Amino acid sequence: MARPDVWEFRAVPRWIVALAVLGALFILLPLAGMAARVNWPDFVALVTSDSSRAALFLSLRTAAASTVLCLLLGVPLAIVLARGSFPGQRLLRALVLLPLVVPPVVGGLALLYTFGREGLIGRALDVAGVSIAFSTTAVVMAQTFVALPFLVLSLEGTLRTAGQRYEAVAATLGARPTVVLRRVTLPLVLPGLVSGAVLAFARSLGEFGATLTFAGSLEGVTRTLPLEIYLQREIDPDAAIALSLLLIAVAAVVVALTYRAPRRRHTRPKGRPATAGPPPREAATP
Amino acid sequence: MKPFARPVALAIALLLGGTVAGCGTNDAGSPAGSGGSPASTAGASATLSGTLTVFAAASLTGTFTQLATDFEAAHPGAKVSLSFDGSSTLATQIIAGAPADVFASADTKNMTKVVNANLIAGKPVTFATNRLEIAVPPANPANITSFADLARPGVKVVVCAAQVPCGAAARADEASAGVTVKPVSEELNVTSVLGKVIAGEADAGLVYVTDVHGAGGKVKGVPVNIPRATVNSYPIAGVSSSKRSPLAAAFIAFVTGAQGQAVLKDAGFGAP
Repeated sequence: MARPDVWEFRAVPRWIVALAVLGALFILLPLAGMAARVNWPDFVALVTSDSSRAALFLSLRTAAASTVLCLLLGVPLAIVLARGSFPGQRLLRALVLLPLVVPPVVGGLALLYTFGREGLIGRALDVAGVSIAFSTTAVVMAQTFVALPFLVLSLEGTLRTAGQRYEAVAATLGARPTVVLRRVTLPLVLPGLVSGAVLAFARSLGEFGATLTFAGSLEGVTRTLPLEIYLQREIDPDAAIALSLLLIAVAAVVVALTYRAPRRRHTRPKGRPATAGPPPREAATP
Repeated sequence: MKPFARPVALAIALLLGGTVAGCGTNDAGSPAGSGGSPASTAGASATLSGTLTVFAAASLTGTFTQLATDFEAAHPGAKVSLSFDGSSTLATQIIAGAPADVFASADTKNMTKVVNANLIAGKPVTFATNRLEIAVPPANPANITSFADLARPGVKVVVCAAQVPCGAAARADEASAGVTVKPVSEELNVTSVLGKVIAGEADAGLVYVTDVHGAGGKVKGVPVNIPRATVNSYPIAGVSSSKRSPLAAAFIAFVTGAQGQAVLKDAGFGAP
């Protein structure tokens, strides 16, 4: 990681460090508090019970499916938002980010009144013999609904900072838009794409409110790990704490394995967007 | 790591400062309770003042909101602050030190948890009972007319999970009726069951009589027509760590008294 040949400006004001320590403690202390309450002798038995395994397996499966769905829908959305220019673009961005701000329960209700049996689209689906509520499909839809903005936001930011110089060059060399996308744009924004997908997966894994409202709760079908934790808390707090720790561990492992912080851009100023001019000179900004 | 020593000290100082400030606000909010009634006796309602914090089961939301208003009207100077949630959540919060003065649980099990933690003053009193009812959408699409209809194939039934009181009651009723229901969902609380029926997602849901009552015309109730249907008892008690025990006692007396019982009866609760 060390790049001794490049001088970097790294000084951070001490008060910023102090607040950063507070911030880190605020997140780490509750985790420590929970770890302190874990019934370690019974931990393995608690997290490997039938209902726990069913919930964990369901969570992993649905979170993976919703991540794929987020990629399929979110990548085009991010590209259109970052590169396109059309009336209502700002409104569309605001609307796409809506699931970030509305409580997940509200998202679940919205899905219910859209895809539920009595819903806007669900009524027609029901006539066609398709029933979504109370199915694993509903879980995936709920997770995708809340996770999509994470992918779109992350990828759109990367697309904007990456600029369009290379894309423009490829286009002048005769590459068609799809080829530019496949050979230039996507490889260029791959780190942002990966971190966006990881965030979406992590958010899906932790989804609770929308799932509960839209999909219900049945072991092996719709009762994901967060729902199982909430339920176990009613009768067996030990099991709830053990499962919580398991959920955190799974999320932490996935994030640690795949998430990379955005690379520092220390040697060159930000690429000027939409210019196909000569590359900027190699010079550290003083 | 010399350069980090000072920032860390500053961080700790900030943390402590925040805690002290937090205590300060708490104290500022409560003097009416401790200092406002120096010579309070249980009988003299005029001297009962301060804010009483009541933790009540979610199924009591409508009735206790009403009762709190009535109690405040009867005791000028007293204020009732209500917190509604699942009984087990409330019990956990009280055991963890939440500042409750009165606890009203939807089952004896969760009250017993708090009693066993030595946090209940005196003995809990049962102030109401509740039983299950089948909630169906107003149009009753699956034509549910009896408890046995819930076992019909193709009927989408939603119940509470066995771990929560309403689910335990549902299982007990199934067992005593000899009916096996295959639910499409086992919800985490009774409100979610009712919500699924109101939304028209489920053909039927097992909820409390009072839930059907409280939903107005949004659902229709079909009685659980079985012998020995489960009856849930609602106990109420003062929390021993409370600094406002006279006020707490007055509120409990109000709930168990004629006026309180009338409100509960109107909402569909059974007599204790």
